[in-house]
Amino acid sequence: MTAAAAVSRRWRPPPLIKRAWLRWLLGLGGVIYLGLAFGTTEVNWARVWEGLPRGARFIAAFFPPDFTSRWGEIVEGIAESIWMTVVSTVVGIAISIPVGIGAARNIAPAPVFYLCRAFLALSRSFQEVILAIFFVKLFGFGPFAGFVTLAFATIGFYGKLLAEDIEDMHPAQAEAVRATGAGFLQWINFGVQPQVMPRMIGLGLYRLDINFRESAVLGIVGAGGIGATLNTSFERYEFDSAAAILLIIIGLVMLAEYCSGYLREWVR
Amino acid sequence: MAIGIEGDAKVWRRRTPLAQIAIWAAWLAGASIFLACWQLISEKTIWPFVLDAPAQAADLAARMVPPDWSFMAKLWRPLWETVNIATLGTAIGVLVAIPVAYCAARNTTPSAILARPLALFIIVSSRSINSLIWALMLVTIVGPGVLAGILAIGLRSIGFCAKLLYEAIEEIDASQVEAVRATGASNAQVTAYGIVPQVMPAFAGVLVFRWDINIRESTVLGLLRPWC
Repeated sequence: MTAAAAVSRRWRPPPLIKRAWLRWLLGLGGVIYLGLAFGTTEVNWARVWEGLPRGARFIAAFFPPDFTSRWGEIVEGIAESIWMTVVSTVVGIAISIPVGIGAARNIAPAPVFYLCRAFLALSRSFQEVILAIFFVKLFGFGPFAGFVTLAFATIGFYGKLLAEDIEDMHPAQAEAVRATGAGFLQWINFGVQPQVMPRMIGLGLYRLDINFRESAVLGIVGAGGIGATLNTSFERYEFDSAAAILLIIIGLVMLAEYCSGYLREWVR
Repeated sequence: MAIGIEGDAKVWRRRTPLAQIAIWAAWLAGASIFLACWQLISEKTIWPFVLDAPAQAADLAARMVPPDWSFMAKLWRPLWETVNIATLGTAIGVLVAIPVAYCAARNTTPSAILARPLALFIIVSSRSINSLIWALMLVTIVGPGVLAGILAIGLRSIGFCAKLLYEAIEEIDASQVEAVRATGASNAQVTAYGIVPQVMPAFAGVLVFRWDINIRESTVLGLLRPWC
């Protein structure tokens, strides 16, 4: 044992992946993929260069944004978004309660359970905008299509979380209520509901928040709301109006987040 | 809990009369708001088009079946681009999110007065604007195409990744960091050996989760191409 050998034994952090060949394979694969991805990405640099002054103008439009010249349309669009949000959240949650109860393994019989789970999986598998295109085809342009889209998306989100919350509940309390001779509805009302209520109110508010954000883009595909106004102002290069709309959306989203945080504290 | 009198027998009631009235009023207010909003939507809706829906659905179904698989040949390239937009966008988002999260976490921020509010502002503004709206802006600036999509996905991902990451950093075990510091490690070494190993699992989770979300998001970004 010489001093030189002791010095050369320097500690190194252990590698993240232990097997050397796997480490190299993953690294190499990553490099090849990135090379291919960058190689096949076509970027029209002339167009980007041309657009830069436009970008500068867009940023300049925030100081100050133009609230006045399209004020009427902005108010109408925002109001439409808010109605859509409220109605779709209420209807979506109302429908998702029976579906969610049906999708809880410890309450529902097996056939009902699989049916409800399948329905929830179906309503969660599509992006809102794709659903909106589909519903605009079915119901025509306007806020009704947006309302159906958001309600449908709400069912998937809320029903799944409700079902999971019911599955996690404390069985002793529910059993105690059942032991008093309660019927099924009484059992749900007094044994199950109080256990899941605080979390479900919080999630309902969260979903309200999500629905408002989503309703801001549904207008782009013709499903009503502020998105249509925003799209038009971008199309006409009226960046100062667009900036005003964006600021209003950010303000409302932050207000909703603040309020829902406050309400959730209060419910708890 | 309250006691009600029915005849001359005492009956258990769940709530006091006052609480009952307050709850009833809250329900009334909620229901009125809902109905008012519903009426406003209904005014803007062309009902014949809505009632037409079964016919439209039948039309859609008839034209959708069977799927035209020969169209697949034209789809490979857009599919490849969609995956690229999601991956490169996630990469950009995460690369920017790491320093933002470092500045936003209470226990690692370089200055709580200057850097932290700025980082939180970046997180909020990135999160509250949908990626379609980011794309709408970027298409007018850099032109339609893959680059606008990548940047939109990247900008949108910053807030999400940074928020989850900074929460993970705030939840780390401080004693491990202190142990590394006690060996005489510099700040960079403390970060590398005390903090990074602790947030690594959360980081990997966030990365994969966001990539999954971004694949879905990038499928709809292409909608914005026609008008430019």
